[in-house]
Amino acid sequence: MELAIGIILGCCALGAGLAMIAGIGPGIGEGNAVAKACEAIGRQPESKGAVTTTMLMGCAVAETTGLYALVIAILLIFVAPNLLVNLLVRTIQAL
Amino acid sequence: MRKNSLKFRIIDIFYIVMMIFPLVFGIVVNVLTEPQTEGITITGARIFFTIPMPIQDFPITESQLNSALVMVTLFFLCLFLTHGLKEHIELKRQHLAEMIVEKVDALVAENMGEHFKGYSAFIIAILALSGFSSLMSLLGLFPPTSDLNIVGGWAILVFILITYYKMKCGFLNYLKGFTQPVALLAPINFISEFATPISMAFRHYGNVLSGSVISVLLGTALAGLSSMVLGALPGFLADIPLFQMGIPAVLSIYFDVFSGCLQAFIFAMLTMLNVSGGFDIETYEKRKAKKLAKKIKN
Repeated sequence: MELAIGIILGCCALGAGLAMIAGIGPGIGEGNAVAKACEAIGRQPESKGAVTTTMLMGCAVAETTGLYALVIAILLIFVAPNLLVNLLVRTIQAL
Repeated sequence: MRKNSLKFRIIDIFYIVMMIFPLVFGIVVNVLTEPQTEGITITGARIFFTIPMPIQDFPITESQLNSALVMVTLFFLCLFLTHGLKEHIELKRQHLAEMIVEKVDALVAENMGEHFKGYSAFIIAILALSGFSSLMSLLGLFPPTSDLNIVGGWAILVFILITYYKMKCGFLNYLKGFTQPVALLAPINFISEFATPISMAFRHYGNVLSGSVISVLLGTALAGLSSMVLGALPGFLADIPLFQMGIPAVLSIYFDVFSGCLQAFIFAMLTMLNVSGGFDIETYEKRKAKKLAKKIKN
């Protein structure tokens, strides 16, 4: 019983950590976007306002995949262990 | 400048009090119902009580209460800003109100086009509700936008709007849109239709929630750090929160103020782009002309 609960908790933590690997993608993407925006402002300083607004929009959209991973990780840490342990206890009692 | 009458001032004071009262009420409820805990606590919205319903119990949570409080505050803020509107501007607040209306009108006209002129009221409502909800965390309250249920409701509303404007060119045209560019892609188009509201809701809620999670983690880490550095000192010196002073405030400016306002802006922006993007104005005009010609013929 204790071993099973330990495995559940450990695997949830591992899964949350693995899910956050997805943070690499938005990091690279947003870095690219900001670099290009800096170049654009350097070339045409008068268009700074429009470029900044568009860049922030693009960054927010690129962030979405990272946030999906974050939501999964938060669910795995705070919600899943409770549910799974309850399920395990109920199954053992039913047996 | 005309001296304000007594009645005008009394109404003014009433509006200001009603603007501040919900926030004070929220803080009082928060203090009264907050459970005593130690260490890291990251929980969802607290459930105050549940109303029994036939299919499923209906819980009244902190996020529902706080969003209702935000609505009351915004309602009286609007009344306050528009109180005493005159053709010749007498009050300073009228400049502010006119500035807000003009800015939002310009934004909507730029992003949505002429046909959606009346949408500026809806857009400013979403913008203000979302922005003020995120700013609730500055008062130590639970920000309603870090609850998926609240943001999901807004996203469903936007989804209904998008579908309505897509169906405005005829239901068959709407179904035909799924088979573009190839009929084989219909299932994928169908999934991507539902991905829009889900991604909008998750984006907003994930950003606000991650901010509060990081704030809690950092606060705990700083407390541990200062007790490690000063813990060896005798007496009250050991309890000085050396690192908790100042550093969380800097992060709060990013996570609470900047991120909250930015997410509100992005939600409103995506609403505008999706709603106006789903509406094919050329087909609509053509159909309208055709219908009119038919009517005249008859």
